Amino acid sequence: MPVTQTAQGPVWHLRSPRARLMLWLGWFALVALTVWCWQIMTRDTIWLFVLDAPAQAADIGARAFPPRWSYVEKLWWPLWDTLNIATLGTMLGVIIAMPVAFMAARNTTPSAMVARPVALFIIVASRSINSLIWALLLVSILGPGLLAGIIAIALRSIGFVGKLLYEAIEETDASQIEAIESTGASRAQLLTYGYWPQIAPAFWGISVFRWDINIRESAVLGLVGAGGLGLQLQASLNVLAWPQVTMILIVILATVVFSEWVSARVRHAII
Amino acid sequence: MTDTAYPRQWRRPPTMIRDPRLRWALYAGALVYLVLAVGTVEVNWLRVWEGLDRGWRFVLGFLQPDFTSRWRDISQGLVESLTMTMTATVAGVIISVPIGIGAARNLAPRPIYYLCRAIIALSRSLQEIIIAILLVAMFGFGPFAGFLTLTFATIGFLSKLLAEDIEDIDEAQAEAIRATGASWGQLVNYAVQPQVMPRLIGLVLYRFDINFRESAVIGIVGAGGIGATLNTAIDRYEYDSAGAVLLIVIAIVMAAEYSSSHIRKWVQ
Repeated sequence: MPVTQTAQGPVWHLRSPRARLMLWLGWFALVALTVWCWQIMTRDTIWLFVLDAPAQAADIGARAFPPRWSYVEKLWWPLWDTLNIATLGTMLGVIIAMPVAFMAARNTTPSAMVARPVALFIIVASRSINSLIWALLLVSILGPGLLAGIIAIALRSIGFVGKLLYEAIEETDASQIEAIESTGASRAQLLTYGYWPQIAPAFWGISVFRWDINIRESAVLGLVGAGGLGLQLQASLNVLAWPQVTMILIVILATVVFSEWVSARVRHAII
Repeated sequence: MTDTAYPRQWRRPPTMIRDPRLRWALYAGALVYLVLAVGTVEVNWLRVWEGLDRGWRFVLGFLQPDFTSRWRDISQGLVESLTMTMTATVAGVIISVPIGIGAARNLAPRPIYYLCRAIIALSRSLQEIIIAILLVAMFGFGPFAGFLTLTFATIGFLSKLLAEDIEDIDEAQAEAIRATGASWGQLVNYAVQPQVMPRLIGLVLYRFDINFRESAVIGIVGAGGIGATLNTAIDRYEYDSAGAVLLIVIAIVMAAEYSSSHIRKWVQ
């Protein structure tokens, strides 16, 4: 019991002196590490530019407003492309993620020694690389265009959907599966009658959630040449047409708000 | 005993949408959209065919990564990324804790609540990469702009989740502390903090992980870090160096995820 005897009587503490010391040392190490990282990071920083930033911000702000509203006419087609990249990419990603998730789930994996680690590695690799990097790679491989964007979105979605889906599969009720199994069902019947009804709400929820995220990501994929709104953004930035940049940002924001609203409605309807 | 035919056949009822008309309308709509969408995707198959060779070289580069010949650039990018991640996460946590408390409906007065929610909405609605473009334009190239970007993005993420956690706390404990005549500060310290701390630590570790992954991206637009190295490697078609960078990123993310799950278990 961390109680110290003082002249005024026993005083109770939450932690023992040793735990307090360890806690203090931990915080000290964290602060020291942060300061050290800060010093390394800012070694090459030109502070003149940083001090100049408010003036720069005011300058850009003054140029960016008012947005060029007429430019929106040129944005409908890129917007359609952006929506297509997100939607088709999500579909492709979900289709690939399904078997990966079943391979990764402990209760459905065909082999825990080979298939499961492979599936888990696919999930981690896909999750740790942002769709923009995938797009960068694919644009240099496949050439600029929508296809690179769609595949980039799909590759990034595999990890996200796969991870959440395999957790949903592992949480399925084993007694229902066993009931179906005891009727002599084949593996395919086991999937459609045992697993699918249990994971369907999670599946649709995850897919719509990922679609919502993909809309945000596909809006900027064009920065590296993968089509959509980002391409216009890059073009406008290159010629420093700030009113157009503002207009594009407004369109992106509106799209994001719309997709978030759709996904919230769908998830609300499912769950 | 009447011989009513025992049903031999059974069809599984549809799992999601019961009304068949609505279901078929949705299927038809999806099909029409799919045809339209696929129809507008222009693919230059000749270019794709030529690119397959490069794709294969990338796969080979991924299998035989070249860590050595660009090691100076890679290590510099890594150091920038890691330091940027660390400082941005710490700065983000310091800023987002008060905002998170302010955005909790059960702790903050209405005007502060709306102000904090507005900050969160602003931070969450813009992509990291767009913020990075703007900040690079203001602060110049380099990891400092990246640090600011990641801090800004961290605020939206952590504050929102922290606020939701605070709103979900067990009110009985807060009531008990309030009944002792505790001030608002004591209420936060003794009733709220012990309930949300384990989850907050988990969220911070998760955000550290995300920040590192994002730091690999914002370098593409000039905000420093490993992304700049990767961008250069891909632009020069040095797929073996690019493969090395990607493998390092994957390894660090895996290590961060593994250690964070351990720390979380230890905290809870």
